[in-house]
Amino acid sequence: MIHINPTENKVILSIQNLNVKFTLRGQVLSAIRGVSLDVHQGESIAIVGESGSGKSVFVKCAMGLLDANGYIESGSILYNGMDLATFKTDRDWLKIRGHEIAMVFQDPMTSLNPLKTIGQQIREAVELHQGLHGEAAYNAVLEVLTDVGISEPKRRYKQYPHEFSGGMRQRVVIAIALACRPKILICDEPTTALDVTIQAQILELIKAMQKKYNLTTIYITHDLGVVANVADRIAVMYAGDIVEIGTCDEVFYDPKHPYTWALLSSLPQLGVKNEPLYSIQGTPPNLFQEIKGDAFAPRNPKALTIDYLQRPPFFEITPTHKARTWLLDPRAPKVEPPEHVRALREKGVNRNG
Amino acid sequence: MAKYITKRVLRSLITMFIIITVLFALLRLMPVEGYFENYDKMNATQVQVKLTALGLTDPLPKQLLNFYKQLLHGDLGESNVYRKGVAITQIITEKIPISLKLGLVSLALSLALGLPLGIIMARSTRTRFKIGDRLGTVFIVLIQAMPSAVYHILIQFAGSQTYIGKEILGLPMLFDAANLKSYILPVISLSIGNIAYYAMWLRRYMVDEANKDYIRLARAKGVPNGAISRKHIFRNAFVPLVQYIPNSILFTLMGSLYVESLYSVPGMGGLLVTAIKRQDNTLVQALVLIYAVISILGLLLGDILMGIVDPRISFAKKEGAR
Repeated sequence: MIHINPTENKVILSIQNLNVKFTLRGQVLSAIRGVSLDVHQGESIAIVGESGSGKSVFVKCAMGLLDANGYIESGSILYNGMDLATFKTDRDWLKIRGHEIAMVFQDPMTSLNPLKTIGQQIREAVELHQGLHGEAAYNAVLEVLTDVGISEPKRRYKQYPHEFSGGMRQRVVIAIALACRPKILICDEPTTALDVTIQAQILELIKAMQKKYNLTTIYITHDLGVVANVADRIAVMYAGDIVEIGTCDEVFYDPKHPYTWALLSSLPQLGVKNEPLYSIQGTPPNLFQEIKGDAFAPRNPKALTIDYLQRPPFFEITPTHKARTWLLDPRAPKVEPPEHVRALREKGVNRNG
Repeated sequence: MAKYITKRVLRSLITMFIIITVLFALLRLMPVEGYFENYDKMNATQVQVKLTALGLTDPLPKQLLNFYKQLLHGDLGESNVYRKGVAITQIITEKIPISLKLGLVSLALSLALGLPLGIIMARSTRTRFKIGDRLGTVFIVLIQAMPSAVYHILIQFAGSQTYIGKEILGLPMLFDAANLKSYILPVISLSIGNIAYYAMWLRRYMVDEANKDYIRLARAKGVPNGAISRKHIFRNAFVPLVQYIPNSILFTLMGSLYVESLYSVPGMGGLLVTAIKRQDNTLVQALVLIYAVISILGLLLGDILMGIVDPRISFAKKEGAR
């Protein structure tokens, strides 16, 4: 893997102190609680977390695709001199959607319009964002179809989504995103709905396309296997907050946050034969209530007293590695990460050394 | 596609054959009075002579065969009581154009108003106060909940008896084929229920479609809202409605019993009821036959139309999709 030092490139998308809330049956739910994230030009960053941790909501904010009952309460999303958090109308968002940021969704089986040929659907993006029409648009569609590895593009152009398998449909969805010529590509669990055998192909494809079209990619996933494959940097999300962020190696081989420890320990690949798989105790916190202290504290058997009282700040471990845990405070007692994580760390040392 | 249609047509023909045979058999069970204008005054010999002349004393299989032969020549027989001795084809060719004219105009009006209303309502569900949707729902609920007889009478009354209707617009209360103005009220009466119907279903299907993933993708790729409604949502939402369009068109042939009697339109509407009341066996047989043919044809055309609109409905055997 080519290692890009993410901090070398300029920041393309900067999210600062974002708070997103939803009103649900008269109650207010805090889905994103003061999250900041800088995405650098050309990097590929993965946001990982369990279901409901807010990772999807987080990126939807950048495209104005929040559901009608969701709103940005405070914070800013800076892109190209614009603050996307202030965008209100769809007219504003049309400047961003597709044109600057495009998205690949989770389920290719339902992401395509069943009544339009895939050619028409890609062409729509070509006409909107590349300004091509007629023959030129047709040729651009054939080109992008070839790019995403669909053979016989002329024949495929005229086919409908139901004539494609899941993996092929996801290629079409990627083709649509690419046809927009975006700067940033958001992949919202791009392989979750796919066969294991197809998953690797799709990831390879996205990687190849990222290179070819010079894209910045943001992956959202709960599959750490995917992350290890594609990401330069990893942001770990829990209960609407990024708890740890660092390069792929840093987060995998030297994690600092107890939640990251727990997440890595529950990887089936790291389990020992004939021993029960590790699983995180308890359930994620109720986001309808205000969260005090470290959101993970109630599920963390080694939580400190202060974890229940005050929200930890970010502690910088290296210029690229930050974690939000009191364990990094100089006054904190020394808590050893669990066995699995220690094993990983040794692996990392051997790997790098 | 051709193969599918042939198969569907053949199946429809079989269904029709069964219906015609059953219908024929049922009518042979009816009392023979239905073949005579003045049965009471005739003696047994006269009755027998007449029945023989009509071919009704032949063995049943022969009668059935004759019936089919007659049908293939486009002959539905003669009316026995309703208008004695007049060919049924002639009776209905006088009446069908009237019903058809009213029906087609009202169907066109229902689609022209009902579909846009549905679209407006569906789009309004995404706005803050949903005003369009709420007003539309009031209209739909009102029309659906009220017995149709009530609003028909209200329309007739408001249109022809109030000051505006009578003096300013000059709308007549009853239908008169020569007076174009007299078409207006019956057309409104015929349309209003359908407007509510089309608006209700289109709204519902559009709201369903609008929440699907492919609409999210269209939005994410930067398609403006108007184009999403037009190009993506509307067409997908219209598919389930398309199936009923041929049926709606064909059934305008048969008129509407209530509206036609209210405005005294000399159309097809009340014919079957009259024929049954007056025991005109041949006329009943012919009319029921027409109803059956229309229903079957409507279903057939609806299926074919739906297949044309929706590529997912495969006509032939499944091709290996990969």
